[in-house]
Amino acid sequence: MSSTVLSPSAKASPSSPEGERKTFLNADYGWKSWLFTVDHKRIAVLYLISIMVFFLIGGTFALLMRAELLTAKGDLFEAETYNKLFTMHGVVMIFFFLVPSIPAVLGNFLVPIMVGTKDLAFPKINLLSWYIYIVGGAATLFVAITGGIDTGWTFYAPYSSTYANTNVAGTAVAVFITGFSSILTGLNFIVTIHKMRAPGMTWFRMPLFLWAQYATSLIMVLGTPVLAITIVLLGLERVFHIGIFDPALGGDPVLFQHLFWFYSHPAVYIMILPGMGVISEIIACFSKKRMFGYHFIAFSSLAIAIFGFVVWGHHMFVSGQSAYASFVFSFLTMLVAIPSAVKVFNWTATLYKGQVSLETPMLYALGFIGLFTIGGLTGVFLAVMGLDRHVHDTYFVVAHFHYVMVGGMVMAFMGGMHFWWSKMFGRKYPEWIAQFSSVVVFVGFNFTFFPQFLLGYMGMPRRYHQYNAEFEVLNVLSSAGASILGTGFLMTICYFIWSLKWGQVAERNPWGAKGLEWERAPSPPPTFNFEDGERIVVTEDAYAYTHEEPHGGSLQEARK
Amino acid sequence: MSDHAHSTVGLAHHFDDLEQQKESGTLGMWAFLITEVLFFGGLFGAYAVYRSSYPDAFMRASAQLDVNLGGINTIVLIVSSLTMALAVYAAQKGSKGGIIAGLVGTWVFGAAFLVVKYFEYKHKWEHHLIPGPNFLFPDAHGVGQHGTPEQLYFALYFAMTGMHAFHMIIGLVILVWMMKKARRGDFTVHNYALVENFGLYWHFVDIVWIFLFPLLYLIGAHSGTPGAPH
Ligand SMILES: [Cu+2]
Repeated sequence: MSSTVLSPSAKASPSSPEGERKTFLNADYGWKSWLFTVDHKRIAVLYLISIMVFFLIGGTFALLMRAELLTAKGDLFEAETYNKLFTMHGVVMIFFFLVPSIPAVLGNFLVPIMVGTKDLAFPKINLLSWYIYIVGGAATLFVAITGGIDTGWTFYAPYSSTYANTNVAGTAVAVFITGFSSILTGLNFIVTIHKMRAPGMTWFRMPLFLWAQYATSLIMVLGTPVLAITIVLLGLERVFHIGIFDPALGGDPVLFQHLFWFYSHPAVYIMILPGMGVISEIIACFSKKRMFGYHFIAFSSLAIAIFGFVVWGHHMFVSGQSAYASFVFSFLTMLVAIPSAVKVFNWTATLYKGQVSLETPMLYALGFIGLFTIGGLTGVFLAVMGLDRHVHDTYFVVAHFHYVMVGGMVMAFMGGMHFWWSKMFGRKYPEWIAQFSSVVVFVGFNFTFFPQFLLGYMGMPRRYHQYNAEFEVLNVLSSAGASILGTGFLMTICYFIWSLKWGQVAERNPWGAKGLEWERAPSPPPTFNFEDGERIVVTEDAYAYTHEEPHGGSLQEARK
Repeated sequence: MSDHAHSTVGLAHHFDDLEQQKESGTLGMWAFLITEVLFFGGLFGAYAVYRSSYPDAFMRASAQLDVNLGGINTIVLIVSSLTMALAVYAAQKGSKGGIIAGLVGTWVFGAAFLVVKYFEYKHKWEHHLIPGPNFLFPDAHGVGQHGTPEQLYFALYFAMTGMHAFHMIIGLVILVWMMKKARRGDFTVHNYALVENFGLYWHFVDIVWIFLFPLLYLIGAHSGTPGAPH
């Protein structure tokens, strides 16, 4: 582990001759200063741009699917093409958008500032993780362009290893590579949170966002290598036919499912825990209240990370695993509802008698609480073995995980981006348009995915490009909702880009929020995050809001 | 280079002092090794599943390995861990020559391990023991058979020892880089975290082998089946 990074010329002086304050954005110019940067904030911006590209690609696949499903007949795509569409949608959205979204963008930007230090523990490794991500992403795009893959994002053997005629090996390589970017990010966060906290920043003074990132990092570090070795074995089986997942040679395809879900169930928590961290920050700020049950929320993140590793068998109730194993997995899965509910109850208790204001981040956070609750509770339905047999492989499952992944993580990502946008870029997005588009996103989301619960319960199977005519009405509703949802996302991207140039210049703390990133760092922060030479010493707990706090940050006016 | 206790030579810009830098590096290395444990853990898990399914086939297949070569390699690897530990000790004492001697010794024994491994793999190749369409395992009459469960053993044998050898090769590359740094005098009494952390890595790779050796080589040693070592 090299830790001999030498100082990148620290040109950050409080004010340059023209009177313009030096920030991480204008500290240096030119593409080299971005592609070879070791500044965690610049790497966060690199990640932001790249994951948005993959979000648009994955979203396009989704819209094409919804277009096909507009009618009961399979009239737009061949069955094989449709199989490729849902596979590529899953691979891109999970490995290239959801997993890195909040950790690699908001986490990268905020973790060092929130602990009160200059950078992550291993800045070069941080940059390396982005390059690994780009190489893996490029490999995936190459596969997509040269014919795609049709196995579903789960790559189940023996279909993937023996029968599929698409580029399984290429996708396996791409996902294998990308896993390391996630491992390196997790490793960096763990070490930073352990070793780089500013004096006075005790574990129980940390913002809950950090607790969530810490728990997420544990899963990344413990789960991802198992996915890596699973994919190695799959690749060996596919290329050399070594027999390890081939029943004809004595191998066991169900072993692939066990290994795969040992990572991929915890990965669900990689995709939701950081979102929960964001929601905690937003709820506290827009209620202007101390977090209710801080310790419970902090420990529930760790509990979710730990429980997450012992529930993978709930994906395999119909795989032929023993009934006793299914029973235990079912029971443990229901236990996960406890720490999740602890969070939801503490957030709502924080809202109670708070000075609630409904700016865009808060709208997303409230949307998150409602949608995540629906997604989580339907997860408990699915943990019941009897019910799971009925709805297994139907749209009920699709609706469930989209309520958690999109209704949860994407809402949290959107909320977090709006919350910290002015901190990251020093400009404000237009508030009322943003509020409007957050409502569009919420409405579009529910129109898209709520009908799928009904479809699944009625028995419509997932992963088919055509269906019985009786399902058509609900499918039309879902496709219409998808177009509304897509419009909402596009509007958001447009006004965010617009605001970079024409947005109102942001002061240091526009929300009147607590936390080092708001109270001690300018917007946008300089290369080393805080004012020159300022040594951060933390003297109060997180979320030390008082009811008298004036809203609008008049206490700390930004230096122009 | 000064002899002051609070030397900042080699201190990265974002750390407060060398101690914080060293602790961070060490924690990072331990966290990395935990990912490695999980990485190999998947293979050990698959091994456990298939050995419990096909215990006899695993014993017969294991008897095809050369216990002597495996034993020699185990000793070679333990000696390389000793030389690595000596390099760390020399670094603590600030002995530049000691560090270089330790690293060179580690490299030589590590390379010797890989050479032995190469001859073992070559032998498997010549006897059609590479998993795949050309795999042939001798039955009771010495006639080669396709697609027997012994193939699963060899699939795991090559996956596990291959991954282990891959880690050794990476280690050898890093060793060369560290020798250069040592010659330049980059390691001081205050700043030798790299040597120590690489030592952790090397010992880890060594320990993986300590598990692989009995699980792969020794389970068939007393099976007395035909086709035992020559
Ligand atoms: Cu799961």
